Amino acid sequence: MTIKGKAYIAGIYEHPTRHAPDKSTAQLHAEVAKGAIEDAGLTKDDIDSYFLAGDAPGGAWPMVDYLGLNTKKLRHIDSTETGGCSYLIHLGHAAEAIAAGKCSVALITLAGKPRTGAMPPRAAGAEVDFESAYGATTHNAYGMCAMRHMHDYGTTSEQLAWIKVAASHHAQYNPHAMLKDVVTVEDVLNSPMISDPLHRMDCCVVSDGGGALIVTTPEIAKSLKKPLVRLIGHGEAMKGPRGGKDLDLTYSAGVWSGPRAFEEAGITPKDIKYASIYDSFTITVLMQLEDLGFCKKGEGGKFVADGNLISGVGKLPFNTDGGGLCSNHPVNRGGMTKIIEAVRQLRGEAHPKVQVPNCDLAIAHGTGGLLGVRHAASTCIMERV
Amino acid sequence: MAEAKKYPAPVTNPETAPFWEAAKSGKFMIKRCTACGEAHYFPRSICPFCFSDKTVWEESSGEGTIYTYSLMRKSPTGPYAIGYVTLKEGPSVQTNFVDCDLEKLKIGQKVKVVFKPTDGAPLPFFTPV
Repeated sequence: MTIKGKAYIAGIYEHPTRHAPDKSTAQLHAEVAKGAIEDAGLTKDDIDSYFLAGDAPGGAWPMVDYLGLNTKKLRHIDSTETGGCSYLIHLGHAAEAIAAGKCSVALITLAGKPRTGAMPPRAAGAEVDFESAYGATTHNAYGMCAMRHMHDYGTTSEQLAWIKVAASHHAQYNPHAMLKDVVTVEDVLNSPMISDPLHRMDCCVVSDGGGALIVTTPEIAKSLKKPLVRLIGHGEAMKGPRGGKDLDLTYSAGVWSGPRAFEEAGITPKDIKYASIYDSFTITVLMQLEDLGFCKKGEGGKFVADGNLISGVGKLPFNTDGGGLCSNHPVNRGGMTKIIEAVRQLRGEAHPKVQVPNCDLAIAHGTGGLLGVRHAASTCIMERV
Repeated sequence: MAEAKKYPAPVTNPETAPFWEAAKSGKFMIKRCTACGEAHYFPRSICPFCFSDKTVWEESSGEGTIYTYSLMRKSPTGPYAIGYVTLKEGPSVQTNFVDCDLEKLKIGQKVKVVFKPTDGAPLPFFTPV
């Protein structure tokens, strides 16, 4: 059984806010849900399935009740929590549930306010006594990956900087982007060192906000007015130190989620016209491009250099909304906005300055957790019909 | 200075209590599976490789090399270097590097374990040899 072509992304909505001290987190979830439902041309009572992750206050019971979802109709719930890639996994799971006839209109929401106030610490696992004292944070966990990647493959800070440069070229056209100024490789290298070898401009922004999706059956999607975008391949995977044997921080779980998605879609990385790649840090993008097969392992540095990720300039336009590096990073989780910009590209709704001509195949990929410690990854391949 | 840094006491649990007991006498313990022969860290009752329950405690040499590191330039408690050490016995362990010039750390550098006090059992760290 496959999910290929069995579920369509009929509604998308990205919250325009980047700072929301005047709103509640639940309210932001409701606002993005409303936006996605209206984008699809449906109503709240059409929702029969809800997907949410750890950012939704109180989890499934409180959120379903707060949103006022129709509980006589709601028949499928999924609260899979895998950090920033939760929403990519939700999209895959929604397609599975739709393909199995378990639901017909799925709502997926993400929202939160880490810019307004610190997020609660993540729950500890069995490793707590053996790791928590050492202060692993996003910055240094990804710094450790970058340090080893440089050691093993000769990757340079200049090459990493090109990823931020490309994102900034795209962000200048996004009126909602937090950082709209185009930057140079020198700007990145001259920004303060945060956690070696990552500079401030190698890091994504911290923003409030959110986003939502409506996923539905082919029949319902075709009855609506939006351009048709369907999921044709999905993969998910996890990776961690697993007892400390053969530790290798130069690759992510994308080496497993990517091939699973490409195999299901029946295409290869060469066929992809646009790529949304989670950009918590520049190194995140470089490693994931390698892991997904856009270039060989260790050649990511050469691949991203010289504007190869800039729309209209390079071979692989990426994150044309400016991504997490420049536009936003709601709830410190990048998976949702990655899907939304990929759908915009497939619909032809991206900004004209960054719209990829005849964009019919796009990928959205992300990770969740800490790449340098333990993490999940998920890959979604989408097609314009 | 690193000496002034206050580290949290391990909570411990029945599965890992022997590790922390040994730490009190300066011993750095790992677990080894007698079924498949593999050593692992942090310690589990059931081998994460072959899933046998025939795992035994073993004192590590406490010696290894730096697999990777990152120097966190700012934090509420000052700069610190987090990294992984690959032990002579095989497993890689997450740690902080202490009692050294953090600017001079290098991948491949030889390091050894050193314990730092907490309000409970002492915590293992690594320092260049």
